[in-house]
Formats: sequence, structure tokens, C-alpha cells
Amino acid sequence: MYVQLLDLACGALLLTAVLVLWRRELTVIIRMFALQGAALAVLVGVLAAQENSAELWAVAVGVFALRAVVLPYLLRRALAGAGESRRETRPLVNVSASLLAAAVLTLLAYAVSQPLVELAPSAATQAIPVGITVVLIGFFVLVTRRRALSQLVGFLLMDNGITAVGFLATTGVGLVVELGVSLDVLLAVLVLQVLTTRMRETFGDTDLDELRELRD
Amino acid sequence: MTLLVPVAVPVLGALTYLVFGWRRATTWVSALSAGVVLGAAIFLAVGVSRSGPVAAVAGLLRADALSAFMLLVIGAVGLVATAATPAYLREEIAAGRATARTAARHSLLVQLFLATMALAVLAANLGVVWVAVEATTIVTAFLVGQRRTRASVEAAWKYVVICSAGIALALLGAIVLNFAAAHTRGTTGLDLVALTTHASGLDPGVTRIAIALLVLGFGTKAGLAPLHAWLPDAHSQAPAPVSALMSGVLLSVAFYAILRVKVISDAALGVGFARTLLVVMALASLVLAASLLISQRDYKRMLAYSSIEHLGLVAFGAAIGSPLALTAALLHVLGHGLVKAVLFLSAGRVLQITGTSRIDGVRGLIARRSALATTFGLGVLALIGLPPFSLFASELGIVRAGFTAGLGWFTSVALLLVLVIAAALITGTSRMLLGEPSTVDAEAASPIPIALAGGLLACAVLGVAAGPLPSLLDLATQPLVVTR
Repeated sequence: MYVQLLDLACGALLLTAVLVLWRRELTVIIRMFALQGAALAVLVGVLAAQENSAELWAVAVGVFALRAVVLPYLLRRALAGAGESRRETRPLVNVSASLLAAAVLTLLAYAVSQPLVELAPSAATQAIPVGITVVLIGFFVLVTRRRALSQLVGFLLMDNGITAVGFLATTGVGLVVELGVSLDVLLAVLVLQVLTTRMRETFGDTDLDELRELRD
Repeated sequence: MTLLVPVAVPVLGALTYLVFGWRRATTWVSALSAGVVLGAAIFLAVGVSRSGPVAAVAGLLRADALSAFMLLVIGAVGLVATAATPAYLREEIAAGRATARTAARHSLLVQLFLATMALAVLAANLGVVWVAVEATTIVTAFLVGQRRTRASVEAAWKYVVICSAGIALALLGAIVLNFAAAHTRGTTGLDLVALTTHASGLDPGVTRIAIALLVLGFGTKAGLAPLHAWLPDAHSQAPAPVSALMSGVLLSVAFYAILRVKVISDAALGVGFARTLLVVMALASLVLAASLLISQRDYKRMLAYSSIEHLGLVAFGAAIGSPLALTAALLHVLGHGLVKAVLFLSAGRVLQITGTSRIDGVRGLIARRSALATTFGLGVLALIGLPPFSLFASELGIVRAGFTAGLGWFTSVALLLVLVIAAALITGTSRMLLGEPSTVDAEAASPIPIALAGGLLACAVLGVAAGPLPSLLDLATQPLVVTR
């Protein structure tokens, strides 16, 4: 039961990451991101039930609040400010090539994370490659998308993947560090959001194609 | 208690600006707090040299000679930059590019910037180091985008996105390292001392992944290739005092994290792994800096690419890893920090006078502003490693150590690139300083801020007589040298 639930949560994590690559509508991308946050919270919840740890349950609730509610809300608010025009992204790499790239990245993640699985084989550590895949897909979104908001989602995908690896590998990195990390992510997103707003004021839009001022 | 001062005093400084804003009475609070950080660093350095490392706040903060030295760099460069800030801001306000409100916010953020950097070098736990380095990105993001022009907003966006993504890789590395530590006898977390002592027990396969991610991630923040793209934009768009701080200390604080990680790597995997990584990143940075400096048209970007070069040299010194190389690399960090701060501050002054950051827009600066031009010229001479400035001694040390350590080929390549860069810097600078001035203005005799002269003088003194610094540097490099 535990292993199935764990695998289900990890599957949802991976699926939502791929869906972000597949869909172009920014509202859908944000919904997928919220779903992924929920999947991450479920993952932590499953681990909490297995280890019967009240602390981990609290962390699961925190993860849900931050990643499935607060961050998507901030993203949606940024999008609402953008108005109706041009909601789709025009990625640098087209959708079918992106999906192919996701497959390659998955293989890469499995190949790279072999030593991690071998160090302490268990149901949880065997799912680590999924977390690494989400990190790689996030990085891919970050470098191939042009809209500022999509880049933001890419950064957050990376972060979700890293958090997943953190919980699957061990039960977290210690409370002080964990709090610091969550706070930093929240702050980074707030900073990025303010900058997107400012970009809209100065550029009229948040399409990074417009970012051509600085070059050699 | 001494460990709390360098973090708490700048936070108090920030609170002062939050409550009282930018007015006559608060003008020098910023420099005062940087001075306190410098004083605490000297006090700490003396204490650590006498009686070994100290810890505080339930083991969260810890300082050895390396931390004390880095704090010294933060304090010294911070003092130069903050002491030149009032003149800079006064001019900006007079020109209508800033208001009392933006000046207050600028000073507030700079204080927080100093506090986060002090925390990064004093933290005893790799996780806390990570949190502090990420916090520096968040604090400085608004400083880079302070002017709200198209270019500066673009620079701020690139800065936050690239640095956050890079530093996220370092977080993944820290988590993987934590995983390796959890399966090793004697360690449970990311405490730097425990990790270093028990490093030989870490699983090599897992540690290799962790080290690669950590070096790449912190390397982003240190401005090393391949994730350096944010640096020239951010450094050229930020206000001059902020560029001075970012180039002078922020890069080396991030590099400090790499040094800490490298010790663990050397003990767990042998010296070869981290050395290969660092040599590749260092030479790539040097090649990149050289190729973009040759035909550089913007003097602030010229200084920014020179920072990539110097961090590449420091990384090369760390890669060699012998006591001589590490001592030279640390001395280089201090010398480069001081000189680069002076240069960015004078470049900011040149920008205020001429209104352009293009090299060909500034002609005959020596005839127009002789004091400023002399400072800038001497700074560039120091930067390319001419005696008596300390960069001469440290570059010589790195090169000598490179040949002794059997990295002769790589050292020759590095040396060649440094010469190319020196030629490019001289060409660019002479085009700015010499020639017929396009306009002649009245206040040609205006003095330069004393902070700039002080920074240059400190660097020259370091090169001639380092005083008690060598013993501190010896102590700082001792734990970094692993013989295996």
C-alpha cells in the first residue's frame, strides 16, 4: 500500500512536469504547477504516515500551503495583471521536440542517480530519479521559454524537484535549513513577481524577446 | 558574542534607515556599520590566531582563520564602498535620478547585503551558508534594478533568474551530500567541521554528484563560466557602490563556499576531482573574459569581465591546492576586492560626469578630471598586476605554484590569457584617459573621495609589506590543504 501510494505520488509529480511542457496556455500551466504542489504534499504525507512522524505531517501541510496554494495564487495574480493579450508562450523549442527532450532528460536522470539508489536501496530512494527528472525538466523550461512567467514556473519546477529529492533521500535537511529554504523560495518568487510587474511597466509586456538591451 | 556583531550591526544599520530614512544624521551610519564589521573582523582574526576557532549561537555560527579572513575582506571592501556612497548618492539626488526615499532604500538594502555576506562566511552549517548566499541574491535584486530603466530591469531579471537557478543546483548538491552524510558513521547533517573530519567515509559515487552540483551552483554566484551570463549585465547596471560590493566581495563570498566544499571533496574523492572541475571552469572563464574584453566598448562591462578573469585566477589557485597557491588565491581575493571596488566607484563617478558608459564617449579624462583619471589609471595598473600592488604578488604566487604542482601547461595558458586581458584593459583605459577632451568644464580640480585613495593605498601597502596578514593566511589555508 505504502509503495503504491508513493509511486502514485511520484508519477503525478512527473506527469504534471511533462504537462507543463506540453501545454502552452499560461493558466493551464499554473494549474498544473498547483497540482504538482499537491502531489508533492501527498508524497510527504505518505512518508509521514509510513514513519508515523507528527513533525513530517506538519511539514506536509506546510508544503501544501506554500506550493499548492500560495505560490499558484501569486502566479495567477501576476498573470491577471498581464491583461488578456498573448497568453500563450512561444517556446524556443517546439512542443514535440520538448516532449522528446523530456524523455531524454528522464533517461539521463535515471543514469546519473544510480549511485544514490545503490547507497541505500528502498522504495523511497528508488523514486529519487523522478525528483531529478523534475529538476532537469524545470531547468529545460527555464532556458527554452520566453515569457517571464513561464521562466518563473520553470524555476519553481526545479525547486519542487529538489524538495522531492530532499524528502525521498532523507527526512529533510534539519528544521532550520528547511525553514530557510522555504522562506528563500517565497522571497525569490516575490522578487521575481515585482520584477515582472516592473518589466511590464517599462517594456509593455513580459516577453523576454524584448530583452535585447544588454549584449556585447 | 563577537560572532554576532558582524551580522547584527548591519541589521541595526538597516533598521536605522528604515526608521529614520536618508537625512543628514544617517548619512554615515552605513560606513560606520561597515567599519564596525571591519573592526570585529580584526578582533576575531587576532582571537582566532591566538586560541583557535570559536563557535556561538548553539553551534550555528563558527569562525576559523578562513572565516575571519573573509570577514576582513567584507569589512575592508564594505568600508571603501559605503564611505564613497554619500558622495555618489548626493550627486544622483542632485541630478534627479534618485530621491531621499530611494537613497534610504539603497542604504537599507546595502546594510542587509553586508549582514547576509557576514552570515555566509560565519555559518557553521553548509545549509545555512546556502541560505545566506541565496539571501544575498534577493537583497541585491532591487539594488541592481534600482534605476528602473529598461536596461537595469532587464539586468535585474537575468540576475535573479540565473543566480536562483544556479544556486538551486547547489541546494540539490547540499541535499545529496546530506544523504551521503546520513549513511556515514559519525555524521548526521551538513555541519562543515563534521563533514570534513569524516569525509573519507562518504560514499564516493554519491559525493561526486554532490560536489559537482555544489561547485557548479556556487560557481554561478562566483561568476565562473559556464553560468556567468548574469555578471556583466548586473555589474554594469547596478549603482556604482553596489557594483563595487558585488564585484569586490559577493563573488569571493560565493567562492568561499566552493573552498569549503573542495576540502570535503579532496578528503572524500582525492584531489583530482575538484581540481579537474575547477581548472576547467577557471580556464573557461579566462578564455571568455579575454575574448569579450578585446573589443569591449563599455567601460563598466570591461570591469565586469575583468572580475570574471580574476575569479577565474582565484579558482585556478584553488585548483592547484598547494599552500602557496591557496595563500596567493586568498591574498588575490583581498587585493582584487579593494582595487575593483575603487575602480567601480571611479567608473560610477565618470558615468555621472560624462553621462555615458561607452569608452569612446570618454576622451581626455586626464585633462578634464586629473585626480579621478589618476585613480582610475592606477586602479587599472593594479588590476593587471603591476607592482607595488598586492595583485602582483598574488598572481606571481599562483603562477609559481602552478609550475611547481605539475600544471605547467595550464598555467602557461592562463598566463597567456592574463597578458591578453592586460593588453585589452590598457588599450581601453588609455582611450578613456588620453586624447583631446571633447568638452572642457570648470571644476576640473574637484577632489576624489578619500575612500578611493584609501582603497588603492591599502592594496599597495599589502603588496609591499603585508604586516601580520601572512600568519593569518597561513592559518586560513592550513585546514584547506589535504594531503592524500
